[in-house]
Amino acid sequence: MSDQEILEPTEVVFDDDLTKRFPDHVSYDSRKGYKGFIIDTKKLYEVAAVLRDDMGYDFLSSVTGVDYFPEETMEVVYHAYKSIGGPGVEFKVQIPRENAVVSSLVRVYPGADLQEREIWDLYGIRFSDHPDLRRILMWEGFAGHPLRKDWTEAYFEDEGKPFKSRWPEGQVTRTEDENPFGKNVEYPAGFRPDTWVPDKDALLYSSLTRSGKSKDWKELNTDTIVVNMGPQHPSTHGVFRIVVELDGEKIVSLKPVMGYLHRNHEKIGERNTFLQNMPFTDRLDYLSSMSNNFGYALAVEELMGITPPERAEYIRVIMAELTRISNHVFAIGMFLNDLGAFFTPSLYAIEERELILDIFEAVSGSRMMCNYFRFGGVARDFPDGTLEKIRNLIFDRLPRRIDELDIYLSSNEIIRSRSEGIGVLTPEQAIAFSAAGPILRASGVPYDVRRADPYSIYDRFDFDVAVRYHGDTYDRYLIRIDEIRQSLRILKQAVNDIPEGPVLTGKQQYQVRVPAGESYGRVEGPKGELGFYVVSNGKPNPWRYHVRAPSFINLTGFESMCVGNKVADVVAILGSVDIVLGETDR
Amino acid sequence: MSDMKRQNLNSTKYDIPPELESQVSITTIDKIYNWSRRNSLWPLMFGLACCAIEMICTAASRYDFSRFGMEVMRPSPRQSDMMIVSGTVTKKMIPQIVRLYNQMPEPKYVVAMGACASGGGPFKEGYNVVSGVDKYIPVDVYIPGCPPTPQALLHGLITLQRKIDNQSIKTVRWYQKEPIDAIPIPVLGPDIMNPNEFGDIEEFSQNKLSETEIDESDPEAVS
Repeated sequence: MSDQEILEPTEVVFDDDLTKRFPDHVSYDSRKGYKGFIIDTKKLYEVAAVLRDDMGYDFLSSVTGVDYFPEETMEVVYHAYKSIGGPGVEFKVQIPRENAVVSSLVRVYPGADLQEREIWDLYGIRFSDHPDLRRILMWEGFAGHPLRKDWTEAYFEDEGKPFKSRWPEGQVTRTEDENPFGKNVEYPAGFRPDTWVPDKDALLYSSLTRSGKSKDWKELNTDTIVVNMGPQHPSTHGVFRIVVELDGEKIVSLKPVMGYLHRNHEKIGERNTFLQNMPFTDRLDYLSSMSNNFGYALAVEELMGITPPERAEYIRVIMAELTRISNHVFAIGMFLNDLGAFFTPSLYAIEERELILDIFEAVSGSRMMCNYFRFGGVARDFPDGTLEKIRNLIFDRLPRRIDELDIYLSSNEIIRSRSEGIGVLTPEQAIAFSAAGPILRASGVPYDVRRADPYSIYDRFDFDVAVRYHGDTYDRYLIRIDEIRQSLRILKQAVNDIPEGPVLTGKQQYQVRVPAGESYGRVEGPKGELGFYVVSNGKPNPWRYHVRAPSFINLTGFESMCVGNKVADVVAILGSVDIVLGETDR
Repeated sequence: MSDMKRQNLNSTKYDIPPELESQVSITTIDKIYNWSRRNSLWPLMFGLACCAIEMICTAASRYDFSRFGMEVMRPSPRQSDMMIVSGTVTKKMIPQIVRLYNQMPEPKYVVAMGACASGGGPFKEGYNVVSGVDKYIPVDVYIPGCPPTPQALLHGLITLQRKIDNQSIKTVRWYQKEPIDAIPIPVLGPDIMNPNEFGDIEEFSQNKLSETEIDESDPEAVS
């Protein structure tokens, strides 16, 4: 009996199963355009445990909140998948807006840790039993929870864009002229600055274990020390801060601190029109803008119910794979930088990246912020000669240069001794922490959204899911080289098969009609699974626009990777995780 | 480098005997001082956001700003002359940026790279975004673009060099008799607070409080 279950896991009609198992606590989400289940808040923990243990949904992809202000409710939306592949399940809990409390799922899905903290920070939904519920993107003491719909910022002008002050008459007013302080600030009524006590990170430091005495050296009365790395540190890949507690040189505990580049993508995105969000997605993971475009386009296209024409699908795949190559060569270069091979390997990597950026500039007009995808296609066709350039690059130059990187770097003794066996993440941990992309695959889990839940036309191409089995820093480096090779394989097929034809369904338009409903579009970005959760209520602006950022969620397991290693290894491990702060903080 | 030519360096007021022309230059202290400073601008290795990637590309072999004497990027503010604010400045980050600026020794320059650092850019309306780093620290050169291309960054840096050429040690702030005050470091409160504005903030908050009290006590007065 159990054999059959293992053989055909996806054949089980789980829908009935879940509602039958919890008839009083689980119901279908029957709103038009919505999917999944609504779960009673009291039973959330039990249902999640059943979903993970009995039904195999062991990979929690995304957790996010939605504020349904007119209905006076808030929702927490979960998307879970099976790590063996296949479609996912969506479930949500509904809670009143005042004193919102939900039980935390960290004990079922440790990957919910940082995401639940984000929901607490931005929505003010408390998670009972969360081990470390602190603000994550804003600072402690910030007034209010900014993503609530009734919370407005200092420069608030209007509910939705285009602002009436600028359109159709076109008078342009500067928001700072209207603010009494002339800058982007707002203070609550009755606030007295002279009695204000700024947060000295007391909560943060108390969340470290602070064992006080070292366990190995009982006879010596030693204390652990706390070291802050960042936010201005050359090896943190941007404005990222790591607080480590050290016993000698060994890491006892570690906390990532983020939010130094929190640019309010989601709040701004809920005011933008759907198309206006496209250039903002470029700036999420600014090393791979085309992949970000891809994920957002898929989410909105699912709501609109359109598909791009054949040629556009190929162009999208070509661009996404070129992005992956350019991201991975840059990541390898910067990783070597972090290991101390200062700038020489990076220079070789950047040289290849520049050639790919030339192609991006030719097709989209911009090197980095491409803003190239549209709903139902891409903005414009390739200019003359571009395909030839791509062909030269992928058939001739890049394979040679990747081999060269591989030959010179992979067997280098210093690299191997600095990275082998360092920062190990086991497959079980990787799945539990919702790690995605190269991190998950370097730990021996062959999960790739392109293969596990194919989107666009990836089911047509012949490629292997790159996988490595040690889960250490060295494997996370090697897997990027493997993935570049697989991307080149896909590119070769795509460039040979690309048909002629239109590149956009329908005509170009500024304003798209998006029917009410929700959708979750996810792609395999270079950093991992990039998801966009979009809720539309039929208006020109999305009601909810959430980004499931792989760089952010991959950091959930960062402490587990680092504890027990030396402090110098943190830099190497962070380099191998390859985060981009624009995406981590959004 | 054109400014190294003798006719540029020489002051024209004094005649040098022809036999000494190849050995001796007579110049002004401003010229020699500016010349040496503008050709060894050491940037702070400090990236904030997307623009930092273009800054790295500018430092890399294709654009290579070491051609202009800026190749030595220092991770420590104590050793650097110029801060390239490369990306969106957030409220959570601005205390650190001001602190870094205060830690840099004079003479120091600030280049606001890109739309965000110059004026908030596409994220200006965001609740955690500072609309331009010049709200807190003085900026010498603004570079437009989102992000500026490496060529644009190079142009901005050359503009800064031109600005340095025109400085005079009589008027620059670091040779004045009065000490230079450090810029007060903003405090993270319910929103970002400039310590110089505490009085205004209190006044604003008290006014707001009395307004809301009127609203609540007498709803007809509002309608």
